Amino acid sequence: MSIEVHHITKTFGRFVALRDVSLKVPRGELVALLGPSGSGKTTLLRIIAGLEVPDPGSGAILFHEEDVARRSVGERKVGFVFQHYALFRHMTVFENVAFGLRVLPRGQRPSRSEVHRRVFDLLRLVQLDTQADRFPSQLSGGQRQRVALARALAVQPKVLLLDEPFGSLDAKVRLELRRWLRRLHDEIHLTSVFVTHDQEEALEVADRVVVMNNGQIEQVGKPDEVFHNPATEFVMNFLGSVNLFHGRVEGGKAYFGPLAVEYPEHDESPASQARVFVRPHDFALMLQPDGGPCFKAKVVRIHSAGPQVKMELSSDFGQRVDVEVPQDRFHSLHLAVGSEVFVSPRRIRVFLEDYSI
Amino acid sequence: MSEPTEPRTTEPQRRLTRATTEPLWVRCVLIVVAMVFLGLFLFVPLAAVFAQALAKGVQAYLDSFRDAEALAAIRLTLITAAIAVPLNLIFGLSAAWAIAKFNFYGKNILITLIDLPFAISPVISGLIYVLMFGMRGWFGPWLAEHDIKIIFAVPGIVLATIFVTLPFVARELIPLMQAQGTEEEEAARVLGAGGWEMFRRVTLRNIKWGLLYGIILCNARAMGEFGAVSVVSGHVRGETNTMTLHVEILYNEYNFVAAFAVASLLSILALVTLAAKSFVEWKFRHELTADRAPSI
Amino acid sequence: MFLPLSGLFLKSASMTWPQFLQAVADPRVVASYRLSFGASFIGAGINAVFGFIVAWVLVRYSFPGKRLVDALVDLPFALPTAVSGIALTAIYSENGWIGRFLTGLGVKAAFSPFGVVIALTFIGLPFVVRTLQPALHDLEVEIEEAAASLGATRWQTFRRVIFPAILPTLLTGFALAFARALGEYGSVVFISGNIPMRTEIAPLLIIMKLEQYDYAGATAIAVVMLAASFVLLLIINLLQWWSGRYRTAAMT
Repeated sequence: MSIEVHHITKTFGRFVALRDVSLKVPRGELVALLGPSGSGKTTLLRIIAGLEVPDPGSGAILFHEEDVARRSVGERKVGFVFQHYALFRHMTVFENVAFGLRVLPRGQRPSRSEVHRRVFDLLRLVQLDTQADRFPSQLSGGQRQRVALARALAVQPKVLLLDEPFGSLDAKVRLELRRWLRRLHDEIHLTSVFVTHDQEEALEVADRVVVMNNGQIEQVGKPDEVFHNPATEFVMNFLGSVNLFHGRVEGGKAYFGPLAVEYPEHDESPASQARVFVRPHDFALMLQPDGGPCFKAKVVRIHSAGPQVKMELSSDFGQRVDVEVPQDRFHSLHLAVGSEVFVSPRRIRVFLEDYSI
Repeated sequence: MSEPTEPRTTEPQRRLTRATTEPLWVRCVLIVVAMVFLGLFLFVPLAAVFAQALAKGVQAYLDSFRDAEALAAIRLTLITAAIAVPLNLIFGLSAAWAIAKFNFYGKNILITLIDLPFAISPVISGLIYVLMFGMRGWFGPWLAEHDIKIIFAVPGIVLATIFVTLPFVARELIPLMQAQGTEEEEAARVLGAGGWEMFRRVTLRNIKWGLLYGIILCNARAMGEFGAVSVVSGHVRGETNTMTLHVEILYNEYNFVAAFAVASLLSILALVTLAAKSFVEWKFRHELTADRAPSI
Repeated sequence: MFLPLSGLFLKSASMTWPQFLQAVADPRVVASYRLSFGASFIGAGINAVFGFIVAWVLVRYSFPGKRLVDALVDLPFALPTAVSGIALTAIYSENGWIGRFLTGLGVKAAFSPFGVVIALTFIGLPFVVRTLQPALHDLEVEIEEAAASLGATRWQTFRRVIFPAILPTLLTGFALAFARALGEYGSVVFISGNIPMRTEIAPLLIIMKLEQYDYAGATAIAVVMLAASFVLLLIINLLQWWSGRYRTAAMT
């Protein structure tokens, strides 16, 4: 079931959490709401769920074309998974998962054996069928979150909403669980929205990423798109590391440091100040200039413990530059601290200085 | 730990949204029920004290205080409190200090001993004193020989009051001091502060409000104790009657206005205690211990 | 802890076992036990129910005058027992403000066991409310939201999620109120009328025996009461341990 929200605004006292936000989540997709604290992502999720009410004057909230804005959270048939699990501590795992089924109105409540069957099906799905009689306090964090997920799925929701579901877990468990979530989604194809501040998580798991900042949506797109073609400076900065150069743009060229690089995108614009962004892995390193735009730099620090080699360089125009090169390239250059090297940007992204966000 | 998500409300209060609160009519009914219950058991009795005291007019009310015996009772109550509270303050401070900062043999016994007056009926507290110092008690014959009167005399009252109010200061301070640990004092020591100075500047400052709180409660109980002093007092009007005992006598003589007049003084004391308590709690919430279970 | 105390008592009273039993099993004394325990239990029970409502309302709702009401909840705590004793008697006696209505309904409040219950309810009031307030405040909002998202009505959420979570605390408050009421003297002795075999409470009998210099008898009664308090304290500690069982240390 698809989700659409139109022109949602939400304030808490004097704090504006969401400003006129509109979003469409296609049916069956797994979408990530990504952004820093205060960006409004959790508020948006909770409004979709019905746990918060948007300010008067906001538009509709549509589940598959139907406006559910007036419906309470229970009536919206959403599955919600909380960051801190929110499991019922005085109930066993079985009872937790069965809860949604047991509170159904008399007429719709399934029989005991039916409940038993469905609960165990779900527990098998999340691989916790052997723990059915345990209490949440006896489970690990990862297990608890899986119970929470099973519990949310028990009432056969049309939409699954997850609020920083892995935020409370250790790094390793987090990795495992997010892959597991992706596989689960591939199996059941339930429209899902999850909130995270971890960009790696969003880029790895989601079909589509919604980057949010300051109560507004900066960009919506596939992980590839937002990473390689950021629409705004914020998105570029937030996803992955980046080098920032102050320069200017004139007549289709970007000028920064000693360099002049072709940049046809801003052909039409009059000359103006600009900010030029280059990702560390978009630099090429050479021992001799190759004729294209490049600058000289000295190696200040080398971090070679990792899949790529990260280096801190000090350019001859006085700016610190971070670069990343593959291990074999690094070794072939025979670089050490203090070495001199020529740096050429392969890909740049320019945002004009008065680009308002 | 994950980063905090954006603030959900600007108030420190619980977040109550549509999903987590009851329909309006339920709320109203519950509030009404709660208020009626409190009214019957709390507000009305309080109002009754003052109403009865002023039943024959303000003049009669004020005249009750001119009575010599009433004044004697007031004096005795004040003296008792003036002795009991400082003593318990010192005891409480020392005990809390010892318990929080050190480990020693018998520590648990001390802790239990401190909680004792709370757990037993005030009448039984008084009984203990009678058993020890009464005519047929342990020390009775010895005291009679030396012509010292404790039970049925003022000393007995003071002793019983001290016993009953023993825990108040200590109980406030122990968790507070335990939570604060010894680091700050050790730091002060390292920086060269002497014992008394360290106590004054570091320890005292930290427990300031817990101490005040304990003193307020201790005082209220000291002035208001009835059961224990009733047992040990001789009920001799003008001599061994505290305010509470005097109230009892007046009431049993059907001298209602006077009884309620004295009672009104005690009620005012209670209200002032409550106000002071609220003030201290409100201002220094974080400095008082988190565990606010009431004391028996 | 209490065994040494009881030992102390028994020794000082120098009674033989049969003498002890005789003092304790005296019909008048037994009647006073029944009243003390029974009325304390009922009073604590009333507090459990209504005190819960009061705590709920104070923690979750806001209404004009809430702060004042919250502060006044401690009144039975701060007010001298004698004062509350005469105040309650004045109100609930036959021509008292409330007693008037009750008499009209044919109910005798003051000078009856009912009056004793009223006084003991007054005394125990802060215990339930103050014990519940922090527990209610600490309830995670998320579990209520989770229940709501799973389709539970507000009542279902209360019955299945909130109430079981808060039950241990409620029982603790009840036990505390009960324990306090057992030992209460000042506020009860006025409203009870002290009618032998009907409205005499145990502490009163202790005092009476003392006045007759029957130290032994007084001590015997005290010992029984102490034993009861001890048992209660044990139960309270057990309750707090049991409620600790469900609380997880940390969520991560």
